[in-house]
Amino acid sequence: MSGREAILNKVRAAMGVSPDDAARAKVVKKRLSDAPVGVVPARGQLPEKERVALFCEMALKVSASVDRVKKPGDVPKAVAAYLRSKNLPASIRMGADERLAAMPWKSLKSLEVKSGPAGADDEVGVSHAIAAVAETGTVVLHSGAANPSTVNFLPEHHIVVVDAKEVAGDLETVFSRIRQTFGKGKMPRTVNLITGPSRSGDIEQKLLLGAHGPRALHLIVVDGG
Amino acid sequence: MQITSPAFKENARQALSDAQLQKALGHVRSGFIDKRQYAVDALPEFDALRDSARAIKDHTLAHLDLYLEAYEEKVKKAGGYVHWAETAADARNVILEICRSAGARTVTKGKSMITEEIGLNEFLEKEGVRPVETDLGEYIIQLRGEHPSHIIAPAVHLTKDQVEADFRRVHNHLPYARDLSEPESLLGEARRVLRSQYFQADVGITGANFLVAETGSSIIVTNEGNGDLTQILPRVHVVVASIEKIVPTLEDVSQILRVLARSATGQDMSVYTTISTGPRRPGDPDGPDEYHVVLVDNGRSSMLGTEFQDMLRCIRCGACMNHCPVYHAVGGHAYGWVYPGPMGAVLTPSLVGVDKAGHLPNASTFCGRCESVCPMKIPLPKMMRHWREREFSRGLNPATQRYGLRAWAVFAKRPKLYRLATSFGIPLLSLFKGAKGSFHHLPLAGGWTKHREMPAPEGRTFMQQWRDRETLKQEARG
Repeated sequence: MSGREAILNKVRAAMGVSPDDAARAKVVKKRLSDAPVGVVPARGQLPEKERVALFCEMALKVSASVDRVKKPGDVPKAVAAYLRSKNLPASIRMGADERLAAMPWKSLKSLEVKSGPAGADDEVGVSHAIAAVAETGTVVLHSGAANPSTVNFLPEHHIVVVDAKEVAGDLETVFSRIRQTFGKGKMPRTVNLITGPSRSGDIEQKLLLGAHGPRALHLIVVDGG
Repeated sequence: MQITSPAFKENARQALSDAQLQKALGHVRSGFIDKRQYAVDALPEFDALRDSARAIKDHTLAHLDLYLEAYEEKVKKAGGYVHWAETAADARNVILEICRSAGARTVTKGKSMITEEIGLNEFLEKEGVRPVETDLGEYIIQLRGEHPSHIIAPAVHLTKDQVEADFRRVHNHLPYARDLSEPESLLGEARRVLRSQYFQADVGITGANFLVAETGSSIIVTNEGNGDLTQILPRVHVVVASIEKIVPTLEDVSQILRVLARSATGQDMSVYTTISTGPRRPGDPDGPDEYHVVLVDNGRSSMLGTEFQDMLRCIRCGACMNHCPVYHAVGGHAYGWVYPGPMGAVLTPSLVGVDKAGHLPNASTFCGRCESVCPMKIPLPKMMRHWREREFSRGLNPATQRYGLRAWAVFAKRPKLYRLATSFGIPLLSLFKGAKGSFHHLPLAGGWTKHREMPAPEGRTFMQQWRDRETLKQEARG
């Protein structure tokens, strides 16, 4: 008997159920197809302007930094300003995201823009979020050529561009959008929910920023995006 | 790993006299309790979310076979492999086989309690595959040849001076004069040392906080980012998860996430919640080429349908041990196996047998704090009581204890006799109390009086005082 049969048989014997109980199968099928929403905290249920403000507030609380710009065209300048303020080299790593690609990076002559996945030597990565969650100050990204996952984790500084219109109140709204984009029951290889820069409290419970992932998470919120 | 739970009493005795450990354990008391309370107070819906989370797990466990099948189908559709491991040995062998076929010499590991449970590291090492723990706490204890003393803070039993000594001993290619006096410098050094390991590894092994039946996804919840580097950079990603990690949908995940981080570290949300589904897709510039899930039973299915089924709701947040006076006093290693604290006191006898772990459910004051903070509302004290009953009915506890309990039961079951005995016994005890009003030593209670004084009775029994109190109340009303 395979491990699969052995485990399933044990589970069924323990519960006293049979594998061909149509009523149970129906309950499970319905649950998976309906995906009922449970308790959603009131905190994030706000009109757009307040929702974006809450997102920024919550992101600051988890030690991210936040910049707000009026239009997508302002993003490269905001990135350059961040690099200068942190004394970082004028070089960024980013994927092939269309919205990022449409921004006027060329107007900044001294800025080197490297495309493709991140490597060990990249100090700054730039990504475009697909959504954000006001309730917790979380940004949402997914893997692919547009925003490679390595950009989220290898560089010391991760800059994430967030479209204010895509700031949701809660996680459930984001999951329902992902479902619409990719189809029911399908997912991109990786969805990253990122809430602040990496940290560890493993030595004497003292919370320190910058464990294995980025030491700094900088969010650029595009208001009129 | 070797089980030392049968030696709990000796382990605890050693822990109580270990000054370094006692210093480090102070951080548990100060580090977790207030942060959790603050986060809980800031979310009015917290208790409603606990009920919701409990209902989700109860529903899932009642249909576990079907959700496991649905999950498997989705993983396969996304291009991943599912391996079913009935026992720890099955799981180890499957993982070794995956490592061998990947030609792996080094595997990086994200933090995972299930791989501790199945003794994966020792096994891989013996078979010539080098496991590298990448979570800071796990890395530290791996250097020391130890096991985690806490399920979310594996090195909580250590002080920074001990970590500094270990880093100097192992990272001996680095200049001795470097400053490692602060946690910041220790963290920075671990980060630099481990960076190259991620790139060298052929296989990355992580656990899972959730397996989602709707999408065939595995989810890890972390703060450091090591789990992500572990699963993005190597060519093969192996997820090891026990069967009760299944939840139906992403909406269900959203409910449990809201209680998980708050209960664990007092965060609203951990830094990285990563949802992984299958291997690298066409056009993806990074990510693993192969994605494997090893579904481990190792005793879970025999808890289903018993009085211990509720324990399978556990999401491994650690709140029970963070709030446990016994854990605060002796730390995690004293419990003698993988899972310490109240959740370990219930789970360990289920997984390794009450004959080996019978001391653990007895190591409780039944103060009930564990149950009151458990996000999944698991009735931990009640289940420890079940284990005590089983231990007694199988005659596993020592003869003196059994006769003592029997003798006590003779009185406890006969109220008149009990009152008669105490009405003689209590004044007799108070006669011998001495000047301080307490006992330094009592026959048959040496274990108690060794570490503290036993207050002497005031001369009247509880029953007598209660009766007087009630009479006074009646008179006041009358």
